[in-house]
Amino acid sequence: MSPDPKTPVKIDALSGVPTTGHDWDGIKELNTPLPRWWVIIFVGTIVWSIFYVIAYPAIPLHSSFTKGVLGWSSRGAVGKDIAALRATRGPMTAALAKASLQAIEKDPGLLEFARAQGKAAFADNCAPCHGAGGGGGKGYPNLNDDIWIWGGALDAIFATISHGIRSGDPQGHDSAMPAFGRDGVLSKAEISNVADYVHTLSGQPAEQGASVASGAKLFAEDCAPCHGVKGAGNQELGAPNLTAHGSLYGSDKEMIVQTLTNGRGGVMPAWSGRLDLATLKALTVYVHTLGGGQ
Amino acid sequence: MSLWNKSVIFEKNALIMLIGVLIVVSIGGLAQIVPLFYLKSTIEKVDGVRPYTPLELAGRDIYVREGCYLCHSQMIRALRDEVERYGHYSLAAESMYDHPFQWGSKRNGPDLARVGGKYSDAWHQQHFNDPRSLVPASIMPGYPWLATTELDYRHISESMNALANEGVPYTQEMIEKAGLDLEAQAKDGSAGSSDLAKRYPNAISRNFGGQAGAVTEADAVIAYLQMLGTQVDFKIYDDKANIR
Repeated sequence: MSPDPKTPVKIDALSGVPTTGHDWDGIKELNTPLPRWWVIIFVGTIVWSIFYVIAYPAIPLHSSFTKGVLGWSSRGAVGKDIAALRATRGPMTAALAKASLQAIEKDPGLLEFARAQGKAAFADNCAPCHGAGGGGGKGYPNLNDDIWIWGGALDAIFATISHGIRSGDPQGHDSAMPAFGRDGVLSKAEISNVADYVHTLSGQPAEQGASVASGAKLFAEDCAPCHGVKGAGNQELGAPNLTAHGSLYGSDKEMIVQTLTNGRGGVMPAWSGRLDLATLKALTVYVHTLGGGQ
Repeated sequence: MSLWNKSVIFEKNALIMLIGVLIVVSIGGLAQIVPLFYLKSTIEKVDGVRPYTPLELAGRDIYVREGCYLCHSQMIRALRDEVERYGHYSLAAESMYDHPFQWGSKRNGPDLARVGGKYSDAWHQQHFNDPRSLVPASIMPGYPWLATTELDYRHISESMNALANEGVPYTQEMIEKAGLDLEAQAKDGSAGSSDLAKRYPNAISRNFGGQAGAVTEADAVIAYLQMLGTQVDFKIYDDKANIR
């Protein structure tokens, strides 16, 4: 409270500090001045704000606002940041976008850069399904092994990453494992027989009392057109190799029966709209060099 | 009495003090809020943003009900690392039909502003059921009941009506056919699908929840997630046009 000028300033005898002049039942209020450091900072921030308002976007006007003499804007700033990032990566990224996939793998410098960029992009975009190390999971292919559904060559991997599988992209891979049970093509008993046969294809012993022979006959009729007479699969159609170990959805009989009954149609998104060409190529090379590339 | 001592008027009278505080605080507020309603640079015009379909809206309501916004933001900030990880920074126009918006302020989980199309429906189904079966380090709780709970959409028309009053351009036709549109979008190929695409451009209709039969809550919430951030085509978006 400001002291009243009509009353003379009274000094408190004990502390030597002026009082406000008010007296409440003998208790007087000290009128201690604000600490100097505090006043300096207070005034300093006000002075600072004047420069800030001049330098940066600040005051709203009729249809626009004062832009500030520095011309800063958050969107302009991020644009510059990203341009700077591109410039840093520039020569390598440009080389990556221009070189063929095969050439990237032959050039040690490009390969190292592609694998580094591919690893980061893989962690951001692919790991949620295929696992942090590309180990896959049920319904999500393992990218470390040499079992490929749509092909493990560089160009095949690039096509799959770019356009996806059953992704709605017109250039994406498209096929479907029919639902033999749900659509009434095969009876439950027949499905069980086919499952027994498929079970033996990957070298697993047949279950007791399994009718492998009748399963083989049904397989030749219904499954061989896509999966091949010997069940070796067809990468053109995305029909998995059934003789391989480590099946996509598991190799126990129960799982095979489920697949035959309800069909399968796993979806991989198309990435060409989301990632640029250099990143797509980096990812392709990264996946190809994980261990199973063909 | 000098000008310096005029503060005594405020200090000695509680009501005048109260009114004075109100005036000062509202000047600060108004100076920040009012310009947002008329400044051209804060009102973007962007092609492609449409109101939510009834199914997406129902999914959005579940998103709010389950408190997803407490751990997930829907706002890619204009910062380099965010743009690198999540894609183009969010535009104000992309949440223009959100009442309330779901920008959020906390990221225990990743930002979801552009999650649409990033993962398959099957991934979302499994992830809701048991997040750690897909992402071992995840701390997200499971939401297994979404797949088994039938979606209650008896009041979807009323919801849309309320939003229409807020300014979302739902037409009378959209509101009347909300139930039909919702069923059509959740069941690919059923009657009314072509109509749905006419009312809601680029609406995807398929069995999002992956289960035959009734429309589940998983259908709705996955339909919502799969459209997030997909409406604006950034190949043709001019990011200079809105720096004015």
